[in-house]
Amino acid sequence: MATPLKRVRGLGAAHHGTETFWRQRLTAVANVPLVIFLIWFLVAHVGASYDKVKACLSNPIVAVLMLALIWSAAIHMRIGLREIIEDYLHNKMCKTASLMLVTFFAALVGIASTLAILKISFGS
Amino acid sequence: MTNRQEVKRPLSPHLQIYKPMLTMMMSIAHRITGAALAIGFALLAWWLVAISMGPEAYDCVQGFFGSLFGRALLFAFTWALIHHALGGIRHLIWDTGTGLDTTTIEIFALGTIIGSIVLTILVWVIGYHQMGGF
Repeated sequence: MATPLKRVRGLGAAHHGTETFWRQRLTAVANVPLVIFLIWFLVAHVGASYDKVKACLSNPIVAVLMLALIWSAAIHMRIGLREIIEDYLHNKMCKTASLMLVTFFAALVGIASTLAILKISFGS
Repeated sequence: MTNRQEVKRPLSPHLQIYKPMLTMMMSIAHRITGAALAIGFALLAWWLVAISMGPEAYDCVQGFFGSLFGRALLFAFTWALIHHALGGIRHLIWDTGTGLDTTTIEIFALGTIIGSIVLTILVWVIGYHQMGGF
């Protein structure tokens, strides 16, 4: 017989407890102001010249916010996409491969965007 | 126990069994916009990488986003972003245990759909004004 305390100590079937749930909420809260920032940034730079966009992205505040958005969104996206796959894909091979692909995709867009911002910030 | 023929137990009815309701559509829309935003994220990464690469790469990306298809894509991306953000705020409110009664969820559903459309149009009106389009 498992008491509620024992169940909590086991942290559920995956032994990770509510970690993923909490991380999804944490990044969701962070994403709200960061998405407002992104929309402002996009609207302020539609059709802008290369120099203007680059100058704005070189601003440390803009760069920090953009990096925060990218990291928060990449983590949030990975959890969300995994949840969709876990719900709808039941073939073991297909599911495992898709879950791996999602992580690779999140890592790829995250790393590429991070490198781009660092490159612009350090002005090479 | 194990030898007994498996009983055909009733399964939970699939989605198409239910009469479509606004709150249910909003739940589905939240997932679809979330998945679609993955494409939007890739586009953002492409844009940032192009800026880091130089003016030629930037012009190429701007050419794409400036086209009719590109503009439509950006408009759809903005809507998906705002819709998912409003839907997310709704979920964060629910996480506190409030706003779960039927009247409030209907208001939230309507608020998300109307709010997302109004805000998207507003954002692009400002955007085009910025470009000197009007």
